[in-house]
Amino acid sequence: MSKFPNLTLFGGGAIGFVALATIAVNFADRFVAEMPERADTVPLKIFESPEPEVAEAPGGILVGAANASDGAGANYGLGRAALPEEIAAWNVDVRPDGSGLPEGSGDVFTGEQVFVEKCAACHGDFAEGIDNWPKLAGGDGTLADEDPLKTVGSYWPYLSTVWDYVHRSMPFGAAQTLTADETYAITAYILYSNYIVEDDFTLSHENFLEVEMPNADGFIVDDRAETEYSIWRTEPCMENCKDSVEITMRATVLDVTPEEEGTEEASMDAPAEETVVEEAATEAPAAEEAPVETAALDPALVADGEKVFKKCKSCHQVGDGAKNRTGPMLNGIVGHPVGAVDGFKYSKAMAEAGEGGLVWTEEELKAFLAKPRDYMNGTKMSFSGLRKDEDLDAIVEYLKSFAAE
Amino acid sequence: MSDTFQGKGTSRRAFLRGGVAAAAGAVAAGTASANSPDPLITEVQDWASGLGAGVDEVPYGLPIEFESDVIRRNVEWLTADTISSINFTPIHALDGTITPQGCAFERHHSGAIELKKEDYRLMINGLVDTPLVFTYEDLERFPRENHVYFCECAANTGMEWAGAQLNGAQFTHGMIHNMEYSGVTLRTLLNEAGLGAAGDLEDKWVYVEGADASSNGRSIPMEKALDDVLVAFKANGEALRKEHGYPVRLVVPGWEGNMWVKWLRRVEVMDGPVESREETSKYTDTLADGTSRKWTWVMDAKSVITSPSPQMPIKHGHGPLVITGMAWSGHGKIARVDVSKDGGITWETARLGADGANKALTRFYLDTEWNGEDWLLQARAMDETGYVQPTKAQLREVRGENSIYHNNCIQTWHVKPNGEAENVEVS
Repeated sequence: MSKFPNLTLFGGGAIGFVALATIAVNFADRFVAEMPERADTVPLKIFESPEPEVAEAPGGILVGAANASDGAGANYGLGRAALPEEIAAWNVDVRPDGSGLPEGSGDVFTGEQVFVEKCAACHGDFAEGIDNWPKLAGGDGTLADEDPLKTVGSYWPYLSTVWDYVHRSMPFGAAQTLTADETYAITAYILYSNYIVEDDFTLSHENFLEVEMPNADGFIVDDRAETEYSIWRTEPCMENCKDSVEITMRATVLDVTPEEEGTEEASMDAPAEETVVEEAATEAPAAEEAPVETAALDPALVADGEKVFKKCKSCHQVGDGAKNRTGPMLNGIVGHPVGAVDGFKYSKAMAEAGEGGLVWTEEELKAFLAKPRDYMNGTKMSFSGLRKDEDLDAIVEYLKSFAAE
Repeated sequence: MSDTFQGKGTSRRAFLRGGVAAAAGAVAAGTASANSPDPLITEVQDWASGLGAGVDEVPYGLPIEFESDVIRRNVEWLTADTISSINFTPIHALDGTITPQGCAFERHHSGAIELKKEDYRLMINGLVDTPLVFTYEDLERFPRENHVYFCECAANTGMEWAGAQLNGAQFTHGMIHNMEYSGVTLRTLLNEAGLGAAGDLEDKWVYVEGADASSNGRSIPMEKALDDVLVAFKANGEALRKEHGYPVRLVVPGWEGNMWVKWLRRVEVMDGPVESREETSKYTDTLADGTSRKWTWVMDAKSVITSPSPQMPIKHGHGPLVITGMAWSGHGKIARVDVSKDGGITWETARLGADGANKALTRFYLDTEWNGEDWLLQARAMDETGYVQPTKAQLREVRGENSIYHNNCIQTWHVKPNGEAENVEVS
């Protein structure tokens, strides 16, 4: 659709990266915290007080002594001291010098297993990325090309960023569920996918800084002050600024702009569609499908289920116009044969279970969603499961509220 | 001029509500004169006779149904998923400077979460004298400030680097909003925890993160943290919306929107940057030679004409026309905005709706006449530092076409004789 298909501005959650950086470079860079030159701003006086304790730093930045405050002076006695356990729970960032890394290790082979189970639904078995989801491998040497491929291997300057991000924010929809060892293993596998380590490699807190990321030296600190501001701070031209002007490109030729929504025509159409859906729904039980329980739904439970479904939304759609995404669309799933949503490519395990006659009754669905991979060894679904019975009841009630189309 | 840019390409998109054909008919009208009395005046209308809605009908109001097309929109092909994605403010349909929260763009990395005030905690830790935990109530007991600031995503206009692509100001420039924030300065909170333990502050940083699954952590130099960064809990007078970080977000004036961490849960004082995912693999600007700029925080001066524009064709025929748009700069105040109708050959200075405000949107107007000419409309902002908004060619000369972020080039709309406007690139 886009003429610039690789202009992916917002990857879902990318992992990744790799590097050329030596330990020394990583380490040094952390402390080279100089500010970009900011010729435009007058040095800021940070603290205004009758006798400001102010020292001019070499960089021209004026910083006040620690206990100075803005005006009124200091402390309000608000808040409470953070407990060590609380700090430990939240202070999990990992930095280029490896500080913040917990003890642990993981090898490429284990990493592949964990990756296929928990990451591959979006990032692909080989970290090659599915659809618009981030590619984590490849792209070596493409950064100066017309369409650079920025991956962990080709772009990310610090390995710490991979570990930190995977551990903190992945998998998408189940963040902060990976153990330290799993994170080391996934990181090792991503490195392997980028040909940065061999298949017998084990990554640990001890050898973490030995990994060299290919693009570690590929970054410079913002230099706009020298390369741009000095040129563009001029008196602008007002007349005869150029000889002629021609249109060189038009957006309508590409035709990638979304059609406007919210117009009167669109809202007029909606009720008609709903009617059709309802009719289809009432017909469905008469067909050969397994009978769906027709008992009235519990609205409160459906509402609870809608909240629980947030955990599922990144991969599954329900409702009007629901389509297969990373996972199959789920309209009418309760009572539906397993592995049989049109057009979805199931794991072998799921497809075979369906061929064997398994049906998603409420009980089967709850058993699956409680521990997906225990229930269906080999499923592509990376979701770790719903622990609470009330969540299982709610999600099934919610799914029952979406009839087959 | 019209020889050099004839409107060859016809838009394949139907115009909003078919207004343009009617406008074309009205073009010849000139000064209006009525041949027959207007029934809207001569006949008693329903609304002038019957009754309207009571005060108990809408406890919290939404815009009237006739404005139902003034909404955020997203571009489906841009991202893999709408949960980690962005939508666009309908800037083409707004005026003034304040963006209503309900149509201000959203950008989430793991979706907009629902976090109650009672469940909210903010931790200050790291190189501080006493690591602290604040509740939401605690924050409301510190001295409070109000400031209006723009928040622009670093990727605003990012789809236009390689050429004119999206046909509407909403899509080319809509990753921006401008609100009045109420909150506590980050400086106040850092001083409450005490910065003695940090020693020399000149090379120190703060790392800020959110409570959502992405956490979206970013490192900010201490100089900025102690300057004008706000920990905000109200916008435009009311609580932040869920999608903008309810109950508490960070406001980092003039700097790229990604640093305005939503659902702010932790501020750590550090002796170096974390080099998180959002400040290495994303939000870094790759140059033509393959090296990339990092720490490109400031949003340079920029402007765009919001009307006329592709979503706002001229429907009223020839004669008086108000050209309007908005300008902003992360370096401070907007000093001046110039407008060109001929693609940058000649310029005239627009009228500012009000004096430029620090790191906030400025509205500009050019009160002019249009008589069916082809126009190549452009706006060019200047800020108080003397920085002049560059052309796309100037930007490309320095950065190439792969920077993705921080595209603040001059935008061109081709206004055609029938009043339509199209996003074009010019020589």
